Amino acid sequence: MKTYTQPVYPYTKPTDAAGTPRSWPVIVVGAGPVGLTAAIDLALRGIDVLVLDEDDTVSVGSRAICWSKRTLEILDRLGCAERLVQKGVRWSVGRVFFRGEEVYQFDLLPEPGHHRPAFINLQQYYVEQFLVERASELPGIDLRWRHRVMGVTPLADRVALSVSTPDGEYGVNADWLIVADGAKSAIGAMLGLQSEGHVFHDRFLIADIHMTSDFPAERWFWFDPPFHRNQSALLHRQADDVWRIDFQLGRDADPEEEKKPEKILPRLRAMLGEDARFEIEWASVYTFQCRRLRSFRRGRALFAGDAAHLVSPFGARGANSGIQDVDNLAWKLELVVSGQAPERLLDTYDSERTAAADENICHSTRSTDFITPKGNVSRTFRDAVLLLAKRYAFARQLVNSGRLSLPSTLASSPLNTPDRTPFAARMAPGSPAVDAPVTGGEGNWLLDYLGQGFTLLVFEPVPTTELLHDMAALAADPIACESVLVGAAGDGPSPGVRAITPASAMLSERYDARPGTAYLFRPDQHVCARWRGFDLTQTRAAIARATGQYVH
Amino acid sequence: MLNTEPNLAAPDDFYQELIALHRDLTEEQSALVNAKLILLLANHIGDVDVLRAALAAAREDVAP
Repeated sequence: MKTYTQPVYPYTKPTDAAGTPRSWPVIVVGAGPVGLTAAIDLALRGIDVLVLDEDDTVSVGSRAICWSKRTLEILDRLGCAERLVQKGVRWSVGRVFFRGEEVYQFDLLPEPGHHRPAFINLQQYYVEQFLVERASELPGIDLRWRHRVMGVTPLADRVALSVSTPDGEYGVNADWLIVADGAKSAIGAMLGLQSEGHVFHDRFLIADIHMTSDFPAERWFWFDPPFHRNQSALLHRQADDVWRIDFQLGRDADPEEEKKPEKILPRLRAMLGEDARFEIEWASVYTFQCRRLRSFRRGRALFAGDAAHLVSPFGARGANSGIQDVDNLAWKLELVVSGQAPERLLDTYDSERTAAADENICHSTRSTDFITPKGNVSRTFRDAVLLLAKRYAFARQLVNSGRLSLPSTLASSPLNTPDRTPFAARMAPGSPAVDAPVTGGEGNWLLDYLGQGFTLLVFEPVPTTELLHDMAALAADPIACESVLVGAAGDGPSPGVRAITPASAMLSERYDARPGTAYLFRPDQHVCARWRGFDLTQTRAAIARATGQYVH
Repeated sequence: MLNTEPNLAAPDDFYQELIALHRDLTEEQSALVNAKLILLLANHIGDVDVLRAALAAAREDVAP
């Protein structure tokens, strides 16, 4: 590749090769975006993590390129989103074309007042590199390259691994194992796990090209374009003037033939014009599947990312949902490892994230059916929708070129305390926190104040001595909860309490807040309870519920 | 609820216009026009219970 030089990370000889296998609270298998995010989150929580990867570099080829707003918000919490945003290409507008004409365009973030954009495009190798660099700043992470897991033995109290290195094999034990070793999960195979779902037979060509062009930073999707009849095509801008192009090839395409430059170049010239000057950086031909493991927890092994679930690429729901997996898992694992929550809290990792995976698979399967219609009737309806969409607004909502990744609302989670008073639906328990502009000591966005631990957000409370006393007590609980007071006139700092001022009406509108309204956020920034007034006992009960003290 | 009682003021006129809509079209074009018509009418109805009743009624007496 011309625009990027793959880093080679140094192999380190295992120091624990001889003698009794060392034990780790958590071992992560796989140093991709999901495994690295898990390790960083756990290390920031004070848990020592061993990360094992069989390779010694980052992703070859751009692979995942669309990083969602929610992913950036999670990485903000982990202190590494800014580099991605600086390097990446922001976008929120998508355009859809049918044959030669634009059918319509959409904006994925139509409302103002959010810190992060709807999406940035950035090659996966940059994301992995930035995460490796973030991980290496944290003393709790031991990241070992060219350490391949050869055997896994699940035991009642631990998982025993045998690891192969250029210097031979060694054994190591994990109290908990996070399996993030990708789509062809070797650990999943060693444990005999099978995933269930659909295989799609259409082949796609993916090509990264280097090209200086004034095409806008938008997602352009063509159905049946003149330059690639009866198939679809997708164009995305990435960093370094690299462009991602996807061509649907159909079922009968020969993957080896299609990868050859002499086959790719005419396709690209037909799309970009004879005068376009470009170089191919990387190309691949793929098919895809939509499937998941039946359960993401198998005893002390917890599966995340592609090792747990696979979706089609339309919708950017692969890597983004994997990062949401570990966002969900890390705080639960911290509480279980430290003995503050029962193991069954980890069953809610399974129930919450399999529900999210089903949502992603459902969207992804529907998009695939629209993009690659099976049979004449499907194709006729698809074309009818596209013809109508050019003229009539109603049909635009039926056009499905990929429903782009949004975080799951964990509506049916047993960790939620249901509303007992009327509220607008938007921020119902289970919802990920929605950002809004604020002012305060730690940043100008609401999300700067939420996360790591539990957070109670109280709107315009009367800051009585009793209230501040209760909040100090919450902050001193074994599972601590810090409070953030919105727009309260106070007498200065108080233990466990921070103050923010809304920068506009957006905050109270988005949260349907009145004076006294209180929201309780989990450490992953999802709402788990809300009330029209603060009550210490109810807050403690909601925290107990959200930490699996009484899951039913 | 799906209205299956007579509701067209001039049924013969409508039927003639429906057939005329397809004049000079190939089978493929007719299928496309029918699909567009279904989508236009479905959006006009909007009510998903009515639409489901219509989907079910359309499949009556048609076995795969």
